Amino acid sequence: MSTTAPAIVLDKVNKWFGALHVLRDVSLTVATGEKVVVCGPSGSGKSTMIRCINRLESHQEGRILVDGTELTDDLRALDTIRREVGMVFQSFNLFPHLTILENCTLAPIWVRKMPKAEAEALAMSYLERVKIPEQALKYPGQLSGGQQQRVAIARALCMRPKIMLFDEPTSALDPEMIKEVLDTMISLAESGMTMVCVTHEMGFARQVADRVVFMDRGEIVESGPPRRMFEAPETDRLKLFLSQILRGD
Amino acid sequence: MSDAAIARKIPSIGAVAWLRANLFGSWMSTAITLALGYVILRVGIAFVDWAFVNAVWHVPYSKTGIAETAVCQNAKGSGACWAIIADKYRLILFGRFPYDEQWRPAIVIILFVALFALSTIRSVWRKGTTAVWVQRVALAGAGLIVLDNAVDLLLTIAQVGFGLHISNPLGPLLGTLNTIGKCGFVFGLLLLWPAIGVWVATLAVIFILMSGGIAGLSVVPVDYWGGLPITLILATFGLAFAFPLAILVALGRRSTQMPAVKTLCVVYVELIRGVPLISVLFMASVMFPLFMPPGINIDKLLRAQIAVILFAAAYLAEVVRGGLQALPKGQTEAADALGLTYWQKTGFIILPQALRLVIPPLVNTFIGFFKDTSLVLIIGIFDLLTMGKVALSDPPWQSFSTEVYVFLAFIYILFCYGMSRYSRGLERELNNARGR
Repeated sequence: MSTTAPAIVLDKVNKWFGALHVLRDVSLTVATGEKVVVCGPSGSGKSTMIRCINRLESHQEGRILVDGTELTDDLRALDTIRREVGMVFQSFNLFPHLTILENCTLAPIWVRKMPKAEAEALAMSYLERVKIPEQALKYPGQLSGGQQQRVAIARALCMRPKIMLFDEPTSALDPEMIKEVLDTMISLAESGMTMVCVTHEMGFARQVADRVVFMDRGEIVESGPPRRMFEAPETDRLKLFLSQILRGD
Repeated sequence: MSDAAIARKIPSIGAVAWLRANLFGSWMSTAITLALGYVILRVGIAFVDWAFVNAVWHVPYSKTGIAETAVCQNAKGSGACWAIIADKYRLILFGRFPYDEQWRPAIVIILFVALFALSTIRSVWRKGTTAVWVQRVALAGAGLIVLDNAVDLLLTIAQVGFGLHISNPLGPLLGTLNTIGKCGFVFGLLLLWPAIGVWVATLAVIFILMSGGIAGLSVVPVDYWGGLPITLILATFGLAFAFPLAILVALGRRSTQMPAVKTLCVVYVELIRGVPLISVLFMASVMFPLFMPPGINIDKLLRAQIAVILFAAAYLAEVVRGGLQALPKGQTEAADALGLTYWQKTGFIILPQALRLVIPPLVNTFIGFFKDTSLVLIIGIFDLLTMGKVALSDPPWQSFSTEVYVFLAFIYILFCYGMSRYSRGLERELNNARGR
């Protein structure tokens, strides 16, 4: 852990969908620059947790602090946080009626009030970083899934966020496209970005994660460095989960 | 079956091959082709005979100017009497507008058509200049207009509500400022958003042409307006105002943050949808004046116009809401995650996609309301259809309703088909742009 203030703090967070208890006393601290991979069976609450961090879902109990600001119903605090937190979704969620370049420049121009030319230069630099500058004037529907997800990463980066959230970024991709997206994420991790990734890509977790968090039935069951987690799981639930997902590899 | 198989083997090039493949592919298809072809041919020949070959185009007039329609009576059943259109087209198109001034509604019709045609060009809708001084001119202009109207309104309230008769020494000055303000506003709008500026300017010119009183044009009271301009005014103003209102109502109805606004929108839509347009028009024309204090008299056409706007907005709101609901939730979430505000998200992400999805039902509603404006006849406004009826009340022509209604149908079809063609082109263009 570094000495600077933590980027994200979840303190005894609880959430219910109706009668369903989806997050149970979830506590997690992510340091600035740390890369955390969250895994767990489907329905374990990992997506809900990551979506609580930029308040796409609201929590009912406990506290969430992002970059020192607490998430409440205060809309101004929420705007500040969303500006600093980028998110990449499982289904890309690019805006189909805008070109790739417009997808990337919209938020910098309107949220950051950046001049158009500057925003376009910024967008092009990030599109080069995700290795698709030549697609800038096309529409999302004309790109492959892997390309779309890399655009989605570039779009989030154009806001120059301090924290990046990835919600199963490779789950909707064909196998041959997973690598190009993971490569982009690895290079991003190497640049020192604070990242929270919900993913089942264990190779990725081994390579870049500082910590792996295993969730099941709405609670954090076990967490630790990837090597320890994968090679010496302590709980039966993690052992069972690892045996299930590694069977396919 | 074997016929179809053979047909498929023959290379499908040229008209003969197309005919074989599509019209004479099997014995069933051949039979249907022949039967339908026979019906179409018979009906077509009968129509051409009636409308052109045996038609009567002119009738003689007696010395007193009364049409002698005996020729038409003789041709009845075998040929159309287009002489009634030649005799009555000005009455049908322009209503009871003073005969010598009918060039004014004629120009109005041309202006409307030109406005529609111009609006179909997509590049016209681009944003104009962003210069700050132009924005200031437009804002200052709007301010002057509001100022004059606000003073007028206050004086009216004082007079009607409290019986005070205050003479306004600044009246003429404010009136002049109002005129200057209008010029500044339209000028600014033309430069900022050329399309909207052209619309406002054209509609202003249309209003001046119809009502007169400026630039040496004689004043024509609204009671004398009629025919096609009335239909176009009701439909154009109706839909131009109903559409933005509908978008707001649809957004309000989906609001999760403001339950009061949501309830209001639901009540509005359900209330308006629950009653026939005729009863809304009756409310506007008969009931509404009863609730107004004496001395305030809002023009009948304006009241009908507001009724049409409120009615159309309720229907359009539901169409727009359909589009909003069809959008995947991920689009809203992505916009939220980027930190866009509600109005940025709605304006840049949600509405452009939602409205594209509902172009067909939107145009459907537009076309429906274009024709529904003819219901204003029941409150004594003389639109195109009503003028057709008036033309038929002339004794010599009373038995030639078919010709008049065919003529009216032709005009309605021109406008409605124009709308439907434009919407199809728009859909194609928007889908091509996305590489789909």
